[in-house]
Amino acid sequence: MKATNIYDPNYFHKVVDCQWACPAHTPVPEYIRLIAQERYTEAYMVNWESNVFPGILGRTCDRPCEPACRRVRTEEKPVAICRLKRVAADFKGDISSYLPHVPKQKNGKRIALLGAGPASLAVARDLLPLGYEIDMFDRDPGGGGMMRSQIPAFRLPADVLEEEVDLIVNMGINAHYDYEITSMKNMLDMDYDAYFVGTGAPRGRDLDLPGRREVSEHISIGIDWLSSVAFGHTTEISGKVIVMGGGNTAMDCCRTSKRLGAETVTVVVRSGFQVMKASEWEKEDAQAEGIPILNNRPPKEFVHDNGTLKGIVFERVKPVEENGRLKYIPTGEDDVYMEADHVLMAIGQENHCPWIERDLGIEFDKWDCPILDEDTLQSTHPKIFFGGDSAFGPENIIWASAHAHKAAISIHLHCQGKDPKKDRPPEGINLISQKMGIHEWSYDAEHDPSKRYIVPHANLRRSLDNIKVEVELGFDEDLGYQETQRCLNCDVQTVFTENLCIECDACVDICPMDCITFTSNQDEEELRSSLMIPAENPEQDLYVSEDLPTGRVMVKDEDLCLHCGLCAERCPTNAWDMQKSIVHNPQIGTFAE
Amino acid sequence: MTFVKKPEIHHPLLTVNEIGLKRRDYEGLVSTLCAGCGHDSVSAAIIQACSELSLPPHRFAKLSGIGCSSKTPSYFLGNSHGFNSVHGRMPSVATGANIANRDLIYIGVSGDGDSASIGLGQFAHAVRRKINMLYIVDNNGTYGLTKGQFSATNDRGSTSKRGVPNLYSAIDLVGMALQIGASFVARSFSGDKTQLVPLIKAALLHNGFSFIDIISPCVMFNNHDGSTKSYGHVRDKSAPIVDADFVASHEEIEVDYAPGSTEVIDMPDGSRLRLRKLDDSYNPRSRVDALAYAQRALDEGDVVTGLLYVEDDPADLHEVLETPDAPLSTLTESDLCPGSETLASINASFR
Repeated sequence: MKATNIYDPNYFHKVVDCQWACPAHTPVPEYIRLIAQERYTEAYMVNWESNVFPGILGRTCDRPCEPACRRVRTEEKPVAICRLKRVAADFKGDISSYLPHVPKQKNGKRIALLGAGPASLAVARDLLPLGYEIDMFDRDPGGGGMMRSQIPAFRLPADVLEEEVDLIVNMGINAHYDYEITSMKNMLDMDYDAYFVGTGAPRGRDLDLPGRREVSEHISIGIDWLSSVAFGHTTEISGKVIVMGGGNTAMDCCRTSKRLGAETVTVVVRSGFQVMKASEWEKEDAQAEGIPILNNRPPKEFVHDNGTLKGIVFERVKPVEENGRLKYIPTGEDDVYMEADHVLMAIGQENHCPWIERDLGIEFDKWDCPILDEDTLQSTHPKIFFGGDSAFGPENIIWASAHAHKAAISIHLHCQGKDPKKDRPPEGINLISQKMGIHEWSYDAEHDPSKRYIVPHANLRRSLDNIKVEVELGFDEDLGYQETQRCLNCDVQTVFTENLCIECDACVDICPMDCITFTSNQDEEELRSSLMIPAENPEQDLYVSEDLPTGRVMVKDEDLCLHCGLCAERCPTNAWDMQKSIVHNPQIGTFAE
Repeated sequence: MTFVKKPEIHHPLLTVNEIGLKRRDYEGLVSTLCAGCGHDSVSAAIIQACSELSLPPHRFAKLSGIGCSSKTPSYFLGNSHGFNSVHGRMPSVATGANIANRDLIYIGVSGDGDSASIGLGQFAHAVRRKINMLYIVDNNGTYGLTKGQFSATNDRGSTSKRGVPNLYSAIDLVGMALQIGASFVARSFSGDKTQLVPLIKAALLHNGFSFIDIISPCVMFNNHDGSTKSYGHVRDKSAPIVDADFVASHEEIEVDYAPGSTEVIDMPDGSRLRLRKLDDSYNPRSRVDALAYAQRALDEGDVVTGLLYVEDDPADLHEVLETPDAPLSTLTESDLCPGSETLASINASFR
């Protein structure tokens, strides 16, 4: 194998599994260390800089970081990264002195943000400090988009939402609420220098089954129903409620129904339990509230009596794997009839822009998604950029933040007459030694074998009685501290310097995970099988050195390294050093002019 | 020294041996020796050899004297017997222990100071008494614990860290062991586990006195240009003569070597030692060959490594003394004192 180029910004970034998996590349171990030091405000700001909504995300994020966490591979359960983010938000102090300065003197460029959801807000936050004048339009009476209209208060309390939304709005956005955008052409006539479309995926899918039209009074589209609950238009639901769908919206619908007075609530999903789209913990929480989830039952027919819904007939199917894909075939058992008075349809949503005229130079693909440059998020109309769910379909809030950073750079470059693609700032990485003296390291290297700590929940009866009672209570400071100790500090990298190595084997002998091998160089496949312990996870890189004096190379399997620093601690010549990697993800402000 | 605790967690794919233990179960405390000390690699090689042989840790006795080398028994086989004795007196303690309980597996770890200076006489007598043990010398040619004076195994002309040459000729413990009658004699290098681990395995199963002289560089005081016991020098001058492959009883010996270059020695437990000679004319069963070869290499400045000499059918002290098969420590009063009638009959036989 060729020697590893550790100066490629992606090499060590990838070793920090959580940061690599996070769409916004939040430096997770860095803020976890700050929490451990009770520096909650700084921990919050590290988050705020990269993901913009730490308090909201600390409660609602889909957590792509957690399944990626190294702890899943070394032990079993990941560090509770998301809940630690909430700890930073819950215990932070006054952040005002850390906020970017927004100049009074504007730079003369005007930007229109369509939609006031997380993507638009994050674009505004990135652009305001550079002097842009920003107008934001939304049909709802307040900012926040789906964070306000679709996430129930028992998961995301209004004050947490408002604090983070208002913070950005008050940085100087001209907000136009209750503003229904009906024509993109009209918007273009207003002659802004650039437009950012962050209108989300506002159309819930429907199912055209026999009886559907006759009973439409008794059927609601999940996201619309949640939104009407959020804005206080719907305050109760009665009788037997069936929620159709297996995603997080379905989980929010069933738990909300339970709180608004439904007699019974049942979730019915056409697929199996394991492959449901809902996050693991959302499913667990729904079940813990006594809501049954019935799987492998696609709906067949709505049964009604002159337009009054009586129930639904479901087929029974079973999953069969065919060419590596799951297919559902009938089991041959009798259909199931379930009584229902109200149905909430939560079977997916899509982006939908009927208000964009198709003759403005904005091209759409066959799925009715805008055609975008993935790096710049620029549409085929040079002034118009997309982000969040309206770009590539429904995703999570953290993706909206990630898109926003990209789009803000593109908008800035566009407005400065530069090329949003060619003139983008590069990625970078800094490596800083953590050695402070003999046997002294500036991070807590010791491995804590504790199991993942469980987040306490509010009393079940109390939370079912009141939709505004937050179910998860979050870690307190003590539990939060204990959970931080489980973090392996994967951003403190093992950096090897060939010409210092005397091949004494000290690192090989001490490594608790047998990650390091000195051997003759071969191609990757052979190397992987000839290590101290074979490297069987192809997704994790091998760190290979240049040739050493004996003709061998040092090979380190990054997969299970605990970053405990023992290799550097036992190295007599400092050939191994523990160096903190600081990933520079281009974000506006990091290259402010 | 290391202050970071070695985590107990291990690689999930770490294998378990025939008695259900992992390699990590053969470890001891974390070493307090200098980072990069060759002795730590020797400890790691012992750990690997013992776990691969599936030997039960509680059946080991680890013995040592004084010095850096003699600290190392704390760093391997944490669940075994141990005796850290007086400087140079490890062989006496080993002899006594071995006489009392022949059933334990004895590992003595000594150094060039402990064995070639203060304990030279003790060393010689342990060899000639054929104590059934593995006697390891962690040989770094320097008194590391007292800040780097030349030891008795330091080669003449080899320089100190400050460039002062050594005026005296070196004691060659391999030559002594061969001459006095050790039945297993090898030399190896702490930085070459591929060679060292099979040698330790074979030596542990060898039923007699096994001696391995391991060049184990002192990173603090004897790892500079001008030293003949440095990582660089040993790697440059290493001249392996016989590679020993340990073949467990259930494994097949492959026969893909040229005739004459491979020899097989049966071990007491059914396993075999396959010797791959790097020089066809060398006979590892001949003490004379071994002595001559080792001396010649020494004169030429080469560090000859590998299994230099092994006896096919060795004898140990218990065979010489015709002691009973049961360990003496297990004999009861009735075994030792068979009664006045037996005494009377013995006395009568002399009348």
